[in-house]
Amino acid sequence: MAAVATTTTVRPTRRRPSLGRIAAWTAMAAILLITLLPFYWILRTALSTNTALATHPGDPLPVDLTAGGFERALGLQSAKEAIAQGGAGGGLKFWRYLLNSVIVSTLITVCQIFFSAMAAYAFARLRWRGRDKVFGLFLAGLMVPAIFTLLPNFVLIKQLHLVDTLLGIALPTMFMTPFAVFFLRQFFMNVPLEVEEAALLDGAGKVRIFFRVLLPMASTPILTLGVLTYITSWNDYFWPLMVSYSDSSRVLTVALAIFRAQTPQTGYDWSGLMAATLIAALPMLVLFGFFARRIVSTISFTGIK
Amino acid sequence: MTIASSSPPSRLPLRGAEGAGTEQRTGRAKARENGGDGRLAAVFIAPALLGFTVFLLWPTLRGIYLSFTRFNLLTPAEWVGLDNYIRMVHDPIFWDSLKVTVEYVVINIGVQTVAALAIAVLLQRLTQSAVLRGIVLTPYLMSNVVAGVVWLWILDTQLGIGNQIIGALGFDHIPFLADENWAIPTIALINVWRHVGYTALLLFAGLMAIPNDMYEAARVDGASEWRMFWRITLPLLRPVLAVVLIMTVIGSFQVFDTVAVTTMGGPANATNVLQYYIYGAAFGRFQFGYASAMSVALLVVLSAITFLQYRLTRAGQSDLG
Repeated sequence: MAAVATTTTVRPTRRRPSLGRIAAWTAMAAILLITLLPFYWILRTALSTNTALATHPGDPLPVDLTAGGFERALGLQSAKEAIAQGGAGGGLKFWRYLLNSVIVSTLITVCQIFFSAMAAYAFARLRWRGRDKVFGLFLAGLMVPAIFTLLPNFVLIKQLHLVDTLLGIALPTMFMTPFAVFFLRQFFMNVPLEVEEAALLDGAGKVRIFFRVLLPMASTPILTLGVLTYITSWNDYFWPLMVSYSDSSRVLTVALAIFRAQTPQTGYDWSGLMAATLIAALPMLVLFGFFARRIVSTISFTGIK
Repeated sequence: MTIASSSPPSRLPLRGAEGAGTEQRTGRAKARENGGDGRLAAVFIAPALLGFTVFLLWPTLRGIYLSFTRFNLLTPAEWVGLDNYIRMVHDPIFWDSLKVTVEYVVINIGVQTVAALAIAVLLQRLTQSAVLRGIVLTPYLMSNVVAGVVWLWILDTQLGIGNQIIGALGFDHIPFLADENWAIPTIALINVWRHVGYTALLLFAGLMAIPNDMYEAARVDGASEWRMFWRITLPLLRPVLAVVLIMTVIGSFQVFDTVAVTTMGGPANATNVLQYYIYGAAFGRFQFGYASAMSVALLVVLSAITFLQYRLTRAGQSDLG
């Protein structure tokens, strides 16, 4: 990866600004604008009151600055206050949903990556009978669209009496995804055998080699895979929607959709909705912000998916 | 713990214990002759294999089985043969939702692929800035639900800033998500907004594999950027583009979230995509058998498309070296 990065920086990009180049930069600027403007509009709306939004729909700045939207989204307002400000008045326990989302995503990410890495190591580096056949089966699993297994999985979770629990939401993707196994196997295959042999000569066992040598070497791909898995499970809507019925297992995406459905028939509570949207999205923006550089370069150079 | 008992010396750092070291090595050589690391591998593979069998293999088979039954979750599934499939073939709403889904996929994938390719090439040829790549990826961090709600607001017929701008330009406001003809293209474009950056980065990864000398040589020959795109970039990117296309098409067919939060299948079933119809059949009317049959149909369609795309685009072959 480092090699690729250094060769590409040599590319001479400084050239006389031509018409085409100006056009290309204009296109790039337009793309960035379309990408980022909705984020600003979320913030601008969340900080405005609903009445002011109705009278000043086109104002670029927040109108009638207020934290009311956030208070409603976080369930800090009384029902009376909320209705007075154009909200639904139904209490939302956003801290609860936030915690649920954190628990589910963490459980899925940590377990899935760890178990997938173990399996990947067994496929890449251990010798055992039937290895290629089992791996072929996993590869075939890549072809089954996630959505196909959802209905039968729901029936299974129901039979296990795990409906409306956080474990029920996490369980199906907690052990592996074919992609995670495939991706990590690919990485382990590319680790030179000599590294492992040197450790073997030092007397380390294969278990030790896995934990002390290979896992640390794979920290960057594991980090990228981990963050993407976290984002995917955080953003998942369809599966939690099927499995969770009550506050005890409700995650943020489902809560946000309920908040949107609750919004008064006479007019949307846009201020509260945008505040809720921002709260639901912010943790991922922060998480990404921490690791952005490494993630972006891993995706860019390995084409992870 | 079988690992610990089968090879206790291997867990200790054996520097200085020469004798024990050689003994252990011969032990391992013997184990290799006996078919390798069987027991250790069994432990390593066990959790993933359990998850694979219980939550992927078994549900796949069960989904196919359920499609031949009448099942409402409360009473045991009852075998009805091909009834669900016969009903499906005669169900106008099913065909309608299939049509709507295909329409969505065509717009979504068409726009997204062209836009992602443009972004990837701009990122490659203009600047290699990691910051820009990070910005392009930000919509992907939102959930479909968040993206849906945000654009529902931006495109609101009366108050949305999108329609404010359209109004200021002197045009009539457009009821993007409330009009039968606009709803599907609008949802398709909302999802382009969320996914295009990620797709662009995948294509960018493919572009990085094209040797820079090729562009240098073409430039010496006086080729324009436009010509280089058609003669170098596009042909050499083909295998990556093909794989990305297969992946995104499969994802696109499974559209659900955005519809659920913006239009809920309406107006007048105009956005009743297949997945939304399946969900309604299962959780609205408790027809799990019928819902499973439609899922099987979707699976067949997706497999056929994947196979065709793989063949047509020669996804497995590279033109590079």
